[in-house]
Amino acid sequence: MSEAVGTARVKRGMAEMLKGGVIMDVVNVEQAKIAQDAGACAVMALERVPADIRAQGGVARMSDPDMIEKIKAAVTIPVMAKARIGHFVEARILEALGVDYIDESEVLTPADFENHIDKWDYKVPFVCGATNLGEALRRINEGAAMIRSKGEAGTGDVSNAMMHMRKIGGEIRRLSSMREDELYVAAKELQAPYALVKEVAETGKLPVVLFTAGGIATPADAALMMQMGADGVFIGSGIFKSGDPAARASACVKATTFFDDAKVVADASRGLGEAMVGINVADLPAPHRLAERGW
Amino acid sequence: MKIGVLALQGDFREHLVAAKQAGHAALTVRRSEELAEVDALILPGGESTTIAQLARTFDLFTDLQSRIAEGMPVYGSCAGMILLADRIVDGAVGQETFGGIDMTVRRNAFGRQVDSFESDLNFDGNAMHAVFIRAPWVEEFSSSVQVLSEVIAADGKHRPVAVRQGSLFATSFHPELTTDLRVHRYFFDQVCSGAVK
Repeated sequence: MSEAVGTARVKRGMAEMLKGGVIMDVVNVEQAKIAQDAGACAVMALERVPADIRAQGGVARMSDPDMIEKIKAAVTIPVMAKARIGHFVEARILEALGVDYIDESEVLTPADFENHIDKWDYKVPFVCGATNLGEALRRINEGAAMIRSKGEAGTGDVSNAMMHMRKIGGEIRRLSSMREDELYVAAKELQAPYALVKEVAETGKLPVVLFTAGGIATPADAALMMQMGADGVFIGSGIFKSGDPAARASACVKATTFFDDAKVVADASRGLGEAMVGINVADLPAPHRLAERGW
Repeated sequence: MKIGVLALQGDFREHLVAAKQAGHAALTVRRSEELAEVDALILPGGESTTIAQLARTFDLFTDLQSRIAEGMPVYGSCAGMILLADRIVDGAVGQETFGGIDMTVRRNAFGRQVDSFESDLNFDGNAMHAVFIRAPWVEEFSSSVQVLSEVIAADGKHRPVAVRQGSLFATSFHPELTTDLRVHRYFFDQVCSGAVK
Protein backbone atom coordinates (compact mmCIF):
# COMPACT_ATOMS: atom_id res chain seq x y z
CA MET A 1 0.00 0.00 0.00
CA SER A 2 1.49 3.32 -1.05
CA GLU A 3 0.87 6.13 1.40
CA ALA A 4 1.73 9.80 1.13
CA VAL A 5 1.42 12.58 3.71
CA GLY A 6 1.65 16.35 3.17
CA THR A 7 0.56 16.23 -0.48
CA ALA A 8 -1.04 19.26 -2.15
CA ARG A 9 -4.30 17.31 -2.20
CA VAL A 10 -4.45 16.67 1.55
CA LYS A 11 -3.32 20.23 2.30
CA ARG A 12 -5.88 21.84 0.01
CA GLY A 13 -8.44 19.21 1.01
CA MET A 14 -8.16 20.23 4.65
CA ALA A 15 -9.31 23.74 3.66
CA GLU A 16 -12.24 22.23 1.75
CA MET A 17 -13.47 20.77 5.05
CA LEU A 18 -13.48 24.23 6.67
CA LYS A 19 -15.78 25.74 4.03
CA GLY A 20 -19.01 27.34 5.13
CA GLY A 21 -17.48 27.78 8.57
CA VAL A 22 -16.07 30.42 10.90
CA ILE A 23 -12.48 30.33 12.13
CA MET A 24 -12.10 32.31 15.35
CA ASP A 25 -9.07 33.97 16.96
CA VAL A 26 -8.60 32.78 20.56
CA VAL A 27 -5.95 33.71 23.12
CA ASN A 28 -6.61 31.10 25.81
CA VAL A 29 -8.30 27.79 26.62
CA GLU A 30 -11.54 29.40 27.83
CA GLN A 31 -11.99 31.29 24.57
CA ALA A 32 -11.15 28.18 22.54
CA LYS A 33 -13.90 26.26 24.33
CA ILE A 34 -16.40 29.08 23.81
CA ALA A 35 -15.50 29.08 20.10
CA GLN A 36 -15.93 25.31 19.77
CA ASP A 37 -19.22 25.36 21.69
CA ALA A 38 -20.47 28.13 19.41
CA GLY A 39 -19.78 25.98 16.34
CA ALA A 40 -16.45 27.36 15.07
CA CYS A 41 -14.95 25.03 12.44
CA ALA A 42 -11.42 25.85 13.68
CA VAL A 43 -9.61 28.22 16.02
CA MET A 44 -6.57 30.43 15.48
CA ALA A 45 -4.38 30.30 18.60
CA LEU A 46 -2.50 33.53 19.22
CA GLU A 47 -1.23 35.57 22.15
CA ARG A 48 -2.87 38.87 21.28
CA VAL A 49 -5.80 39.49 18.97
CA PRO A 50 -5.09 42.06 16.24
CA ALA A 51 -6.93 44.84 18.10
CA ASP A 52 -4.50 44.44 21.02
CA ILE A 53 -1.45 44.17 18.75
CA ARG A 54 -2.60 47.44 17.25
CA ALA A 55 -3.21 49.08 20.63
CA GLN A 56 -0.04 47.86 22.34
CA GLY A 57 2.37 48.13 19.42
CA GLY A 58 5.80 46.50 19.49
CA VAL A 59 6.95 43.46 17.53
CA ALA A 60 4.29 40.78 17.17
CA ARG A 61 5.67 37.23 16.93
CA MET A 62 4.63 33.57 16.90
CA SER A 63 2.80 32.56 20.09
CA ASP A 64 4.31 30.65 23.01
CA PRO A 65 4.32 26.88 22.22
CA ASP A 66 2.87 26.15 25.69
CA MET A 67 -0.14 28.30 24.94
CA ILE A 68 -0.69 26.62 21.57
CA GLU A 69 -0.38 23.14 23.11
CA LYS A 70 -2.91 23.96 25.83
CA ILE A 71 -5.42 25.06 23.23
CA LYS A 72 -4.73 21.96 21.14
CA ALA A 73 -5.46 19.83 24.19
CA ALA A 74 -8.65 21.71 25.05
CA VAL A 75 -10.57 21.40 21.76
CA THR A 76 -11.22 18.73 19.14
CA ILE A 77 -11.59 21.11 16.18
CA PRO A 78 -8.53 22.08 14.08
CA VAL A 79 -6.07 24.52 15.62
CA MET A 80 -4.25 27.06 13.47
CA ALA A 81 -1.40 29.36 14.48
CA LYS A 82 0.39 32.32 12.96
CA ALA A 83 3.99 32.66 11.83
CA ARG A 84 5.59 35.91 10.71
CA ILE A 85 5.88 36.48 6.96
CA GLY A 86 9.13 34.86 5.81
CA HIS A 87 9.95 33.39 9.24
CA PHE A 88 10.54 29.81 8.18
CA VAL A 89 11.84 28.76 11.60
CA GLU A 90 8.66 29.85 13.38
CA ALA A 91 6.84 27.80 10.73
CA ARG A 92 9.02 24.75 11.45
CA ILE A 93 8.26 25.12 15.17
CA LEU A 94 4.52 25.27 14.50
CA GLU A 95 4.80 22.21 12.25
CA ALA A 96 6.67 20.34 15.00
CA LEU A 97 3.92 21.30 17.46
CA GLY A 98 1.42 19.62 15.13
CA VAL A 99 -0.82 22.61 14.44
CA ASP A 100 -3.32 21.86 11.67
CA TYR A 101 -2.72 25.00 9.58
CA ILE A 102 -0.15 27.81 9.63
CA ASP A 103 -1.22 31.35 8.83
CA GLU A 104 1.76 33.23 7.34
CA SER A 105 0.29 36.45 8.56
CA GLU A 106 0.70 40.17 7.98
CA VAL A 107 -0.90 40.69 11.41
CA LEU A 108 2.47 39.73 12.92
CA THR A 109 5.54 41.85 12.25
CA PRO A 110 7.16 40.61 9.01
CA ALA A 111 10.53 38.85 9.30
CA ASP A 112 11.39 39.26 5.61
CA PHE A 113 10.40 42.18 3.42
CA GLU A 114 11.13 40.39 0.14
CA ASN A 115 10.48 36.67 0.47
CA HIS A 116 7.64 34.63 1.85
CA ILE A 117 8.15 31.10 3.22
CA ASP A 118 8.69 28.27 0.70
CA LYS A 119 5.55 26.48 1.75
CA TRP A 120 5.91 23.43 -0.53
CA ASP A 121 8.59 22.18 1.81
CA TYR A 122 6.24 21.54 4.74
CA LYS A 123 3.84 18.73 5.64
CA VAL A 124 1.56 21.22 7.37
CA PRO A 125 -0.59 23.39 5.08
CA PHE A 126 -0.42 27.20 4.97
CA VAL A 127 -3.02 29.91 4.55
CA CYS A 128 -1.85 33.33 3.33
CA GLY A 129 -3.50 36.71 2.92
CA ALA A 130 -4.02 38.51 -0.36
CA THR A 131 -5.37 41.90 -1.40
CA ASN A 132 -5.61 41.04 -5.10
CA LEU A 133 -5.43 38.11 -7.52
CA GLY A 134 -1.74 38.50 -8.33
CA GLU A 135 -0.81 38.35 -4.65
CA ALA A 136 -3.05 35.29 -4.15
CA LEU A 137 -1.44 33.48 -7.09
CA ARG A 138 2.08 34.32 -5.91
CA ARG A 139 1.25 32.77 -2.54
CA ILE A 140 -0.26 29.69 -4.20
CA ASN A 141 2.87 29.43 -6.34
CA GLU A 142 4.89 29.36 -3.10
CA GLY A 143 2.71 26.51 -1.82
CA ALA A 144 -0.17 28.17 0.05
CA ALA A 145 -3.05 25.65 0.24
CA MET A 146 -5.67 28.23 1.19
CA ILE A 147 -6.06 31.99 0.65
CA ARG A 148 -7.84 34.52 2.78
CA SER A 149 -8.60 37.93 1.41
CA LYS A 150 -7.02 40.52 3.69
CA GLY A 151 -9.05 43.10 5.50
CA GLU A 152 -7.75 45.60 8.00
CA ALA A 153 -7.34 43.33 11.03
CA GLY A 154 -8.25 44.57 14.47
CA THR A 155 -10.44 47.43 13.29
CA GLY A 156 -13.96 45.99 13.15
CA ASP A 157 -14.25 47.94 9.87
CA VAL A 158 -15.31 45.61 7.05
CA SER A 159 -14.55 48.03 4.20
CA ASN A 160 -11.08 46.69 3.42
CA ALA A 161 -12.26 43.07 3.37
CA MET A 162 -14.99 44.18 0.98
CA MET A 163 -12.53 46.02 -1.25
CA HIS A 164 -10.21 43.01 -1.48
CA MET A 165 -12.99 40.47 -2.11
CA ARG A 166 -14.30 42.70 -4.90
CA LYS A 167 -10.80 43.10 -6.29
CA ILE A 168 -10.01 39.37 -6.32
CA GLY A 169 -13.45 38.47 -7.70
CA GLY A 170 -13.27 41.19 -10.35
CA GLU A 171 -9.83 40.13 -11.52
CA ILE A 172 -10.96 36.50 -11.79
CA ARG A 173 -14.01 37.54 -13.84
CA ARG A 174 -11.78 39.65 -16.07
CA LEU A 175 -9.46 36.67 -16.76
CA SER A 176 -12.44 34.46 -17.58
CA SER A 177 -13.52 36.89 -20.29
CA MET A 178 -10.13 37.11 -22.01
CA ARG A 179 -8.96 35.51 -25.23
CA GLU A 180 -6.35 32.84 -24.61
CA ASP A 181 -3.64 34.88 -26.35
CA GLU A 182 -4.25 37.74 -23.92
CA LEU A 183 -3.42 35.67 -20.85
CA TYR A 184 0.35 36.06 -21.32
CA VAL A 185 0.12 39.80 -20.80
CA ALA A 186 -2.41 39.28 -18.00
CA ALA A 187 0.15 37.07 -16.21
CA LYS A 188 2.78 39.78 -16.63
CA GLU A 189 0.45 42.43 -15.27
CA LEU A 190 -0.67 40.29 -12.34
CA GLN A 191 2.98 39.38 -11.66
CA ALA A 192 1.85 35.79 -11.36
CA PRO A 193 2.88 32.52 -13.06
CA TYR A 194 1.24 31.96 -16.43
CA ALA A 195 0.13 28.39 -15.59
CA LEU A 196 -1.88 29.57 -12.59
CA VAL A 197 -3.34 32.51 -14.53
CA LYS A 198 -4.48 30.10 -17.27
CA GLU A 199 -6.00 27.74 -14.70
CA VAL A 200 -7.98 30.57 -13.08
CA ALA A 201 -9.14 31.81 -16.50
CA GLU A 202 -10.41 28.31 -17.35
CA THR A 203 -12.07 27.43 -14.04
CA GLY A 204 -13.27 30.91 -13.02
CA LYS A 205 -12.00 30.42 -9.48
CA LEU A 206 -8.83 30.11 -7.43
CA PRO A 207 -7.31 26.61 -7.34
CA VAL A 208 -7.59 26.70 -3.52
CA VAL A 209 -10.28 27.64 -1.00
CA LEU A 210 -10.79 31.40 -0.51
CA PHE A 211 -11.80 32.65 2.94
CA THR A 212 -12.06 36.25 3.98
CA ALA A 213 -10.57 38.00 7.03
CA GLY A 214 -10.07 41.33 8.71
CA GLY A 215 -12.60 43.70 10.20
CA ILE A 216 -15.55 41.28 10.39
CA ALA A 217 -17.47 42.10 13.58
CA THR A 218 -21.16 41.23 13.09
CA PRO A 219 -23.31 38.40 11.68
CA ALA A 220 -24.23 40.77 8.85
CA ASP A 221 -20.53 41.30 8.03
CA ALA A 222 -20.04 37.51 7.85
CA ALA A 223 -23.08 37.07 5.59
CA LEU A 224 -21.92 39.99 3.41
CA MET A 225 -18.56 38.32 2.81
CA MET A 226 -20.23 34.97 2.02
CA GLN A 227 -22.47 36.71 -0.51
CA MET A 228 -19.35 38.24 -2.04
CA GLY A 229 -18.14 34.70 -2.75
CA ALA A 230 -16.02 33.84 0.28
CA ASP A 231 -15.91 30.12 1.13
CA GLY A 232 -15.87 30.98 4.84
CA VAL A 233 -14.74 33.66 7.28
CA PHE A 234 -12.03 34.35 9.82
CA ILE A 235 -13.13 36.47 12.77
CA GLY A 236 -10.33 37.87 14.87
CA SER A 237 -10.95 40.60 17.38
CA GLY A 238 -14.65 40.88 16.46
CA ILE A 239 -15.82 38.16 18.83
CA PHE A 240 -13.75 38.35 21.98
CA LYS A 241 -13.59 42.16 21.96
CA SER A 242 -17.39 42.34 22.00
CA GLY A 243 -19.85 42.51 24.89
CA ASP A 244 -21.07 38.88 24.74
CA PRO A 245 -18.53 36.69 22.91
CA ALA A 246 -20.44 33.38 23.21
CA ALA A 247 -23.64 34.82 21.75
CA ARG A 248 -21.81 36.73 19.02
CA ALA A 249 -19.71 33.69 18.05
CA SER A 250 -22.80 31.51 17.72
CA ALA A 251 -24.63 34.23 15.78
CA CYS A 252 -21.77 34.58 13.29
CA VAL A 253 -21.74 30.80 12.72
CA LYS A 254 -25.48 30.83 11.96
CA ALA A 255 -25.16 33.84 9.65
CA THR A 256 -22.32 32.17 7.74
CA THR A 257 -24.37 29.03 7.06
CA PHE A 258 -27.57 30.94 6.19
CA PHE A 259 -25.80 33.90 4.56
CA ASP A 260 -28.46 34.12 1.84
CA ASP A 261 -31.43 34.12 4.23
CA ALA A 262 -31.97 37.64 5.61
CA LYS A 263 -34.49 36.40 8.17
CA VAL A 264 -32.02 34.01 9.79
CA VAL A 265 -29.30 36.68 9.74
CA ALA A 266 -31.75 39.17 11.29
CA ASP A 267 -32.64 36.72 14.07
CA ALA A 268 -28.97 35.98 14.65
CA SER A 269 -28.27 39.71 14.95
CA ARG A 270 -30.68 40.28 17.85
CA GLY A 271 -29.58 40.91 21.43
CA LEU A 272 -25.86 40.41 20.98
CA GLY A 273 -24.82 43.27 23.23
CA GLU A 274 -22.13 45.64 22.13
CA ALA A 275 -20.04 45.00 19.03
CA MET A 276 -16.35 45.81 19.25
CA VAL A 277 -15.93 49.57 19.20
CA GLY A 278 -13.64 49.55 16.23
CA ILE A 279 -11.50 52.00 14.33
CA ASN A 280 -12.26 53.46 10.92
CA VAL A 281 -9.61 52.28 8.49
CA ALA A 282 -9.56 55.77 6.95
CA ASP A 283 -8.35 57.15 10.31
CA LEU A 284 -5.38 54.76 10.45
CA PRO A 285 -2.06 56.26 9.44
CA ALA A 286 -0.58 54.34 6.49
CA PRO A 287 2.32 52.76 8.45
CA HIS A 288 -0.24 51.11 10.75
CA ARG A 289 -2.18 49.44 7.95
CA LEU A 290 -1.49 45.72 8.17
CA ALA A 291 -3.13 44.69 4.89
CA GLU A 292 -0.41 46.50 2.97
CA ARG A 293 2.21 44.08 4.31
CA GLY A 294 2.96 41.28 1.84
CA TRP A 295 4.58 41.44 -1.56
CA MET B 1 -33.82 9.90 -7.37
CA LYS B 2 -33.51 13.20 -5.45
CA ILE B 3 -30.27 13.27 -3.50
CA GLY B 4 -29.96 15.79 -0.69
CA VAL B 5 -26.60 16.99 0.62
CA LEU B 6 -26.57 18.39 4.15
CA ALA B 7 -25.23 21.91 3.57
CA LEU B 8 -24.71 23.33 7.06
CA GLN B 9 -20.90 23.37 6.83
CA GLY B 10 -18.15 21.47 5.00
CA ASP B 11 -17.45 20.33 1.45
CA PHE B 12 -21.07 19.87 0.42
CA ARG B 13 -20.52 21.44 -3.03
CA GLU B 14 -18.19 18.60 -4.03
CA HIS B 15 -20.82 16.01 -3.09
CA LEU B 16 -23.46 17.94 -5.08
CA VAL B 17 -21.16 17.81 -8.11
CA ALA B 18 -20.55 14.07 -7.67
CA ALA B 19 -24.29 13.32 -7.38
CA LYS B 20 -25.04 15.36 -10.50
CA GLN B 21 -22.22 13.72 -12.45
CA ALA B 22 -23.66 10.35 -11.49
CA GLY B 23 -26.92 11.46 -13.09
CA HIS B 24 -29.05 12.38 -10.10
CA ALA B 25 -30.90 15.52 -9.09
CA ALA B 26 -28.99 17.00 -6.15
CA LEU B 27 -30.29 19.58 -3.67
CA THR B 28 -28.82 21.30 -0.66
CA VAL B 29 -30.49 20.55 2.67
CA ARG B 30 -30.36 23.15 5.45
CA ARG B 31 -33.97 23.05 6.64
CA SER B 32 -36.56 20.43 7.57
CA GLU B 33 -38.72 21.28 4.54
CA GLU B 34 -35.78 20.55 2.27
CA LEU B 35 -35.05 17.28 4.06
CA ALA B 36 -38.66 16.19 3.52
CA GLU B 37 -38.20 16.53 -0.25
CA VAL B 38 -35.23 14.20 -0.73
CA ASP B 39 -35.08 10.43 -1.19
CA ALA B 40 -31.55 10.01 0.14
CA LEU B 41 -29.00 12.15 1.95
CA ILE B 42 -25.26 12.71 1.94
CA LEU B 43 -23.50 14.02 5.05
CA PRO B 44 -20.35 15.82 3.79
CA GLY B 45 -16.88 16.20 5.22
CA GLY B 46 -16.44 19.14 7.56
CA GLU B 47 -16.43 19.65 11.32
CA SER B 48 -18.76 17.17 12.98
CA THR B 49 -19.21 19.38 16.08
CA THR B 50 -20.21 22.37 13.94
CA ILE B 51 -22.61 20.36 11.77
CA ALA B 52 -24.31 18.70 14.76
CA GLN B 53 -24.76 22.02 16.56
CA LEU B 54 -26.24 23.74 13.51
CA ALA B 55 -28.57 20.76 12.97
CA ARG B 56 -29.78 21.21 16.58
CA THR B 57 -30.17 24.97 16.28
CA PHE B 58 -32.17 24.79 13.07
CA ASP B 59 -34.42 21.90 14.20
CA LEU B 60 -33.04 19.37 11.73
CA PHE B 61 -31.58 17.02 14.29
CA THR B 62 -34.62 14.99 15.33
CA ASP B 63 -36.18 15.10 11.85
CA LEU B 64 -33.00 13.67 10.45
CA GLN B 65 -32.97 10.95 13.10
CA SER B 66 -36.57 10.07 12.24
CA ARG B 67 -35.74 9.79 8.53
CA ILE B 68 -32.78 7.56 9.38
CA ALA B 69 -35.03 5.37 11.54
CA GLU B 70 -37.55 5.17 8.68
CA GLY B 71 -34.84 3.77 6.40
CA MET B 72 -33.80 6.76 4.29
CA PRO B 73 -30.46 5.91 2.62
CA VAL B 74 -27.66 8.04 4.03
CA TYR B 75 -24.00 8.25 3.06
CA GLY B 76 -21.52 10.03 5.32
CA SER B 77 -17.89 10.85 4.45
CA CYS B 78 -15.43 11.61 7.29
CA ALA B 79 -17.43 13.98 9.54
CA GLY B 80 -20.46 12.24 8.03
CA MET B 81 -19.16 8.89 9.31
CA ILE B 82 -18.84 10.37 12.80
CA LEU B 83 -22.41 11.72 12.58
CA LEU B 84 -23.75 8.27 11.63
CA ALA B 85 -22.02 6.48 14.51
CA ASP B 86 -24.03 5.36 17.51
CA ARG B 87 -20.96 5.94 19.69
CA ILE B 88 -17.82 8.09 19.35
CA VAL B 89 -14.52 8.32 21.20
CA ASP B 90 -12.24 11.37 21.40
CA GLY B 91 -15.21 13.63 20.70
CA ALA B 92 -15.79 17.04 22.23
CA VAL B 93 -17.52 17.12 25.62
CA GLY B 94 -21.22 16.49 25.05
CA GLN B 95 -20.80 15.99 21.30
CA GLU B 96 -23.94 14.54 19.71
CA THR B 97 -24.35 12.35 16.64
CA PHE B 98 -27.41 11.42 14.59
CA GLY B 99 -26.43 7.77 14.97
CA GLY B 100 -27.83 4.81 13.07
CA ILE B 101 -24.84 2.57 12.51
CA ASP B 102 -24.10 0.27 15.44
CA MET B 103 -20.43 1.18 15.71
CA THR B 104 -17.91 3.17 17.73
CA VAL B 105 -15.95 5.71 15.68
CA ARG B 106 -12.73 7.32 16.87
CA ARG B 107 -12.42 10.97 15.80
CA ASN B 108 -9.12 12.12 14.29
CA ALA B 109 -7.96 8.51 14.74
CA PHE B 110 -5.16 8.74 12.19
CA GLY B 111 -3.83 11.92 13.82
CA ARG B 112 -3.85 15.63 13.15
CA GLN B 113 -3.52 17.38 9.79
CA VAL B 114 0.25 16.69 9.51
CA ASP B 115 -0.71 12.98 9.47
CA SER B 116 -3.41 13.37 6.80
CA PHE B 117 -2.59 11.09 3.87
CA GLU B 118 -3.49 9.64 0.50
CA SER B 119 -3.44 5.89 0.10
CA ASP B 120 -4.36 3.06 -2.25
CA LEU B 121 -6.95 0.72 -0.82
CA ASN B 122 -9.44 -1.93 -1.73
CA PHE B 123 -13.07 -0.84 -1.59
CA ASP B 124 -15.63 -3.62 -2.02
CA GLY B 125 -13.25 -5.50 -4.31
CA ASN B 126 -12.09 -2.44 -6.29
CA ALA B 127 -8.60 -0.92 -6.16
CA MET B 128 -8.99 2.75 -5.39
CA HIS B 129 -7.01 5.83 -4.35
CA ALA B 130 -8.37 7.51 -1.22
CA VAL B 131 -7.82 10.84 0.56
CA PHE B 132 -7.87 10.88 4.37
CA ILE B 133 -8.01 14.23 6.22
CA ARG B 134 -7.87 14.24 10.02
CA ALA B 135 -9.81 11.09 9.44
CA PRO B 136 -11.74 8.86 11.83
CA TRP B 137 -11.78 5.06 11.81
CA VAL B 138 -14.25 2.48 13.03
CA GLU B 139 -13.00 1.16 16.34
CA GLU B 140 -15.74 -1.38 17.14
CA PHE B 141 -18.85 -2.55 15.32
CA SER B 142 -21.67 -5.02 15.72
CA SER B 143 -22.24 -8.09 13.57
CA SER B 144 -24.87 -6.22 11.54
CA VAL B 145 -22.19 -3.90 10.17
CA GLN B 146 -20.49 -4.89 6.93
CA VAL B 147 -16.88 -3.74 6.42
CA LEU B 148 -16.23 -2.65 2.83
CA SER B 149 -12.69 -1.39 3.21
CA GLU B 150 -9.93 -1.24 5.76
CA VAL B 151 -6.41 0.12 6.02
CA ILE B 152 -3.48 -0.91 8.20
CA ALA B 153 -2.90 1.93 10.66
CA ALA B 154 0.43 2.98 12.20
CA ASP B 155 -0.22 0.59 15.09
CA GLY B 156 -0.25 -2.34 12.63
CA LYS B 157 -3.95 -3.02 13.15
CA HIS B 158 -6.54 -3.31 10.40
CA ARG B 159 -8.98 -0.42 10.79
CA PRO B 160 -12.30 -0.30 8.94
CA VAL B 161 -12.62 2.85 6.83
CA ALA B 162 -15.80 2.03 4.87
CA VAL B 163 -18.84 0.36 6.41
CA ARG B 164 -22.48 -0.30 5.66
CA GLN B 165 -25.43 -1.24 7.80
CA GLY B 166 -28.60 -1.59 5.75
CA SER B 167 -29.39 1.76 4.15
CA LEU B 168 -26.59 3.58 5.98
CA PHE B 169 -23.12 3.83 4.48
CA ALA B 170 -20.00 5.64 5.69
CA THR B 171 -16.38 6.20 4.66
CA SER B 172 -13.46 7.72 6.60
CA PHE B 173 -12.09 9.08 3.32
CA HIS B 174 -13.26 11.70 0.83
CA PRO B 175 -14.19 10.36 -2.62
CA GLU B 176 -15.68 13.80 -3.30
CA LEU B 177 -12.14 15.24 -3.44
CA THR B 178 -11.26 12.97 -6.36
CA THR B 179 -12.82 12.54 -9.80
CA ASP B 180 -13.51 8.84 -9.08
CA LEU B 181 -17.28 8.38 -8.80
CA ARG B 182 -17.27 4.70 -7.83
CA VAL B 183 -17.94 5.24 -4.11
CA HIS B 184 -20.84 7.58 -4.86
CA ARG B 185 -22.14 5.13 -7.44
CA TYR B 186 -21.94 2.36 -4.85
CA PHE B 187 -24.19 4.48 -2.61
CA PHE B 188 -26.66 5.33 -5.38
CA ASP B 189 -26.71 1.93 -7.10
CA GLN B 190 -26.22 -0.53 -4.23
CA VAL B 191 -27.35 1.18 -1.03
CA CYS B 192 -30.19 3.37 -2.33
CA SER B 193 -31.66 0.81 -4.70
CA GLY B 194 -31.67 -1.79 -1.93
CA ALA B 195 -33.47 0.57 0.42
CA VAL B 196 -36.19 2.00 -1.85
CA LYS B 197 -39.52 0.42 -1.07
